[in-house]
Amino acid sequence: MFNTGEVIETIDMIEKEHLDIRTVTMGISLLPCVRDTAENTARAVYDHVVRRAEKLVPTAEQLSREYGIPIVNKRVSVTPVSLVTAAFPQGSVLVALALDRAADALGIDFLGGYSALVHKATAQYEKIFLSTVPRALAETKKLCASVNVGSSRSGINMDAVARVGELVKETARLTRDGLGCAKFVAFCNAVEDNPFMAGAFHGVGEADCVINVGVSGPGVVQHALSFAPEADLTEAAEIIKRTAFKITRAGQLVAKEAARRLSVPFGVVDLSLAPTPARGDSVAHILEELGIETVGGHGTTAALAMLNDAVKKGGVMASSRVGGLSGAFIPVSEDIGMIEAAERGAICLDKLEAMTCVCSVGLDMIAVPGDTPASTISAILADEAAIGMVNGKTTAVRIIPAPGKKVGDTVNFGGLLGRAPVMPVHTGSAEKFISRGGILPAPIHSFKN
Amino acid sequence: MRAVVTVTGEDRKGIIAQVSGFLSEKNINILDISQTILGDRFAMIMVVDTSECAEDLASVADAAAEMGKDIGMSVRVQHEDIFRAMHRV
Repeated sequence: MFNTGEVIETIDMIEKEHLDIRTVTMGISLLPCVRDTAENTARAVYDHVVRRAEKLVPTAEQLSREYGIPIVNKRVSVTPVSLVTAAFPQGSVLVALALDRAADALGIDFLGGYSALVHKATAQYEKIFLSTVPRALAETKKLCASVNVGSSRSGINMDAVARVGELVKETARLTRDGLGCAKFVAFCNAVEDNPFMAGAFHGVGEADCVINVGVSGPGVVQHALSFAPEADLTEAAEIIKRTAFKITRAGQLVAKEAARRLSVPFGVVDLSLAPTPARGDSVAHILEELGIETVGGHGTTAALAMLNDAVKKGGVMASSRVGGLSGAFIPVSEDIGMIEAAERGAICLDKLEAMTCVCSVGLDMIAVPGDTPASTISAILADEAAIGMVNGKTTAVRIIPAPGKKVGDTVNFGGLLGRAPVMPVHTGSAEKFISRGGILPAPIHSFKN
Repeated sequence: MRAVVTVTGEDRKGIIAQVSGFLSEKNINILDISQTILGDRFAMIMVVDTSECAEDLASVADAAAEMGKDIGMSVRVQHEDIFRAMHRV
């Protein structure tokens, strides 16, 4: 028998502190779908995805009702599409449209994997594939795209970095308020089992089909810390670890059971603390609970480093297999504490960049002025990729140069994507640096063999 | 299969009778029960056995939530594993 305190604690976490399973994501290999033409491949892709994920949404909904815990998103990730269409890359948009139709038919929230892995070089078919990304994002609703431009082993493909800046600008131009850019992320050290969007894809090293689960619960962590306002940081880290353990155990339970019922292998639990724009569901507010007056102020990076580490340590013990990005997310538009700090000018891109050295990913959901040059966006990505490459961690950039908007304006994306105050960028040009192209060499400590 | 039933809300007469009547109708057996008053908040926790219930747990949970609305209480029925996962190593 559970005692009253334990039962009420779980119920309060779910009902008052926004504990949820953020996503159950089914990874599906598309390699068996390659046919002789783009049209036939698109048809095979649609049939395969719809067949494999047929029961994903009803199963997740049934689990949610049985356990009494919300499962916010149901998603699918697929093999990087550039590999599937390598023989006819100009037809890639047909596959994008087929995937979007499949997402609609399944009733899932997002489908990720319109992706290319070009961290060492961009093959000819990948160059053509990348040029289709803006149109694919403009003509679909649920499809997410990603590019891996660098790794700690290979260095950074600066030609790809330059190209991504142009693609982000073009995507912004083709979609309302630049919304398409919210579904497009560029990585360094992308992971193959990430269940979170926009960067989810199903790596070629994965099984045919797999279930990955992403947990959430920043509100639960903040609430737990609020009972210990005088605790020193060692004790605060322990509180976060204990809380992360409980959150992850719920994720592990749902992941194992979903995998069992769908007869698909369980992949990983991603331990990420993922905020939403709802009040009481903010990573920024955890940092403020620790004693930072406003997120973005001095001390923010140290507080985030401690939070990120404690989440991992607590979560790792709670799951049989951990993967994905696993840490604290800091998306500006999706976190009410970040939104408010950005509106007050308390947090800037430079501080966010510093924070990405110690958080799980990178510069996420940041709106910048619509007239920001492509080379500046590429340079922001180059900075992020360098941080990831040198420190052996995943970094990413998901940035929205909102057309017609300037600093002080706000872009509204709605739903989980939230709203983004337009933040200033440095105006000094990086055009010459970005136009050099080539490979930014991998650091000496990458040669481990 | 075992589930945890929690009932919370403002204290008044007849809550236990109504909830146990609902469970009995569904052929669900009560294994353990504890009830406390926290301030003026009524909190009851039951561990129940649903193995002879003809409906699946998700449907029972939905029906219990509806019944709760009728009597002005929050009534939840959840698979016990969610509590086991979070509170037992």
